[in-house]
Amino acid sequence: MGKTFAEKILARKSGRNEVRPGEIVTVRPDRLLSHDNTAAIVAKIAADLTEFGPARKDMHVVVLDHVVPAATEKDAENHKAIRQYVQRYGVENFFDVGVGVCHQVMVEKGLALPGELIVGSDSHTCMYGALGVFATGIDRTEAATLILTGETWLKVPESIRIDLSGGLSPGVTAKDLILSIIGRLGADGANYQCVEFHGAAGLSIDERLTVANMGIEMGAKAAVFEVDSRTVEYLDSIGVVRDGNEPVWADSDAEYSRRLEFDLPTLGPLVAKPHTVDNVVSVEEVEGTPIDQCVLGTCTNGRESDFELAASILKGKQIASGTRLLLLPASREILRRAIASGAIDALLAAGGTLLPTGCGPCLGAHQGVLAAGERCLSTSNRNFKGRMGCAKAEIFLASPATVAASAIHGRISDPRKISPFSPP
Amino acid sequence: MSKVWKYGDDVNTDMLFPGKYTYSCSTAEQILPHLLEDLDPGFATGVRPGDFLLAGKNFGCGSSREQPALGLKAAGIEAVVAKSYARIFYRAAVNQGLLLIECPKAVRAYKEGDEVRLDAAAGTITVGGQSFSFPSLPEAILAIRDAGGLLPYARAKLRGRA
Ligand code: SF4
Repeated sequence: MGKTFAEKILARKSGRNEVRPGEIVTVRPDRLLSHDNTAAIVAKIAADLTEFGPARKDMHVVVLDHVVPAATEKDAENHKAIRQYVQRYGVENFFDVGVGVCHQVMVEKGLALPGELIVGSDSHTCMYGALGVFATGIDRTEAATLILTGETWLKVPESIRIDLSGGLSPGVTAKDLILSIIGRLGADGANYQCVEFHGAAGLSIDERLTVANMGIEMGAKAAVFEVDSRTVEYLDSIGVVRDGNEPVWADSDAEYSRRLEFDLPTLGPLVAKPHTVDNVVSVEEVEGTPIDQCVLGTCTNGRESDFELAASILKGKQIASGTRLLLLPASREILRRAIASGAIDALLAAGGTLLPTGCGPCLGAHQGVLAAGERCLSTSNRNFKGRMGCAKAEIFLASPATVAASAIHGRISDPRKISPFSPP
Repeated sequence: MSKVWKYGDDVNTDMLFPGKYTYSCSTAEQILPHLLEDLDPGFATGVRPGDFLLAGKNFGCGSSREQPALGLKAAGIEAVVAKSYARIFYRAAVNQGLLLIECPKAVRAYKEGDEVRLDAAAGTITVGGQSFSFPSLPEAILAIRDAGGLLPYARAKLRGRA
């Protein structure tokens, strides 16, 4: 019997010949990520750090992104404490305010490589699965323990195999694909499971990142793609030298708890209605719903191709009065490229507001917090009640194309009905 | 009699502890006033040590924040009994030493006003007179629980090595 991706990689990382689903193994992750929560993590082990020191200096990656630049004195103190920790313990990979959202930084700095095991004290750590990484979220206590010991426990998950076929239609994006998968499986449909995507050769790396990013929204422990020529091309483009880096992939006769197929050409634009991500409907069903705020960006859909898609829709047009459009690039590198390509200028000319690279309004801490009764249409990954600040606000999730089209009308709109997807 | 707090399916981490406080509240004292704020405003003031929390499927889905697990443990919740748990929350609870019981039958059996009693050693939970058994935890997880959580467990290991 063949093995799944998860069985192979967890055997490798626990130094065993083979592991089976349900077994608990001790693993040494290649990297540990934490962000603005780093201060709270290291505060748990202040005395232990003095006594034992960190297990490995190259393991911990720290990125300041969640409330950047600091919104309050408290945030500033938090950032300061993190900089002191990084200095004192010689953390090699530290990215200060403005470099980008942690997950995008991990990927574009070459800190998440095929065949690696990465844990992060953030649930969307699963995004690096796009590059064939077994990546999963953990809590702060576990992150603190990892800093000291360099190892942790994992239960070997069962796996779900999703086969993709065909290509996406114009105006339909990877965001619509993952929303359709989550809508079909449900918010816990992949709980404790590793989700393998097969047949994804037609998806770009940006598209795979969007899909893997949202694996956790169906409960997945990890969401992974096969390493192929596109992955290698991407790694080359960011200057990664892959000496000794060995990708892992499932055997064709591996055993799955469930198998599903998705036919890409049949998909249309989708929207996740408040207040759960699996509350997915076709754009037609919510067309015309008035929107106060549009958010384009975040670690889910804040890459260059997302801004270019939105710019292709908004170029030469204006967003509706009474609607605000917030632009939130996932990293400084992306922002620079989107400036160079003219995408940012087109979006600003259309009435967009550019926010600093980081998490911004996504978690409701600052920059674009919603008022009671307001409605937001966002390309981010969560529409939970209170997520963007106010529990009496509503968050709808959609693709960059749907958000751009909706910004023009101030109402949820079908991107296929407007140029460049239909003649003006 | 200990109180039973009963909620539905897919109770997410924002309902358990709003994301806007993630960076301002990390200790038990800071977390407790906001626990379940958007789900049940009466919880934070009403919860007493020994109370139970019952819920449907996928309890704790969403963010990796540990405040829900840390807060429920600090509030003295005897055990959470749910139909199923989201995986990051499950780990967070193990790491905090909070007892999670996965027992859909017990949740379904509960009626308003029923008394809930736990016999952790025997692996049984009694709901309104009906008794249900739940599977024992894997050894690796029990070892963490017995040590009082993941950090004390790791410290003991580090000292053993030194
Ligand atoms: S952009 Fe949003 S989802 Fe992504 S890491 Fe930041 S807060 Fe989390």
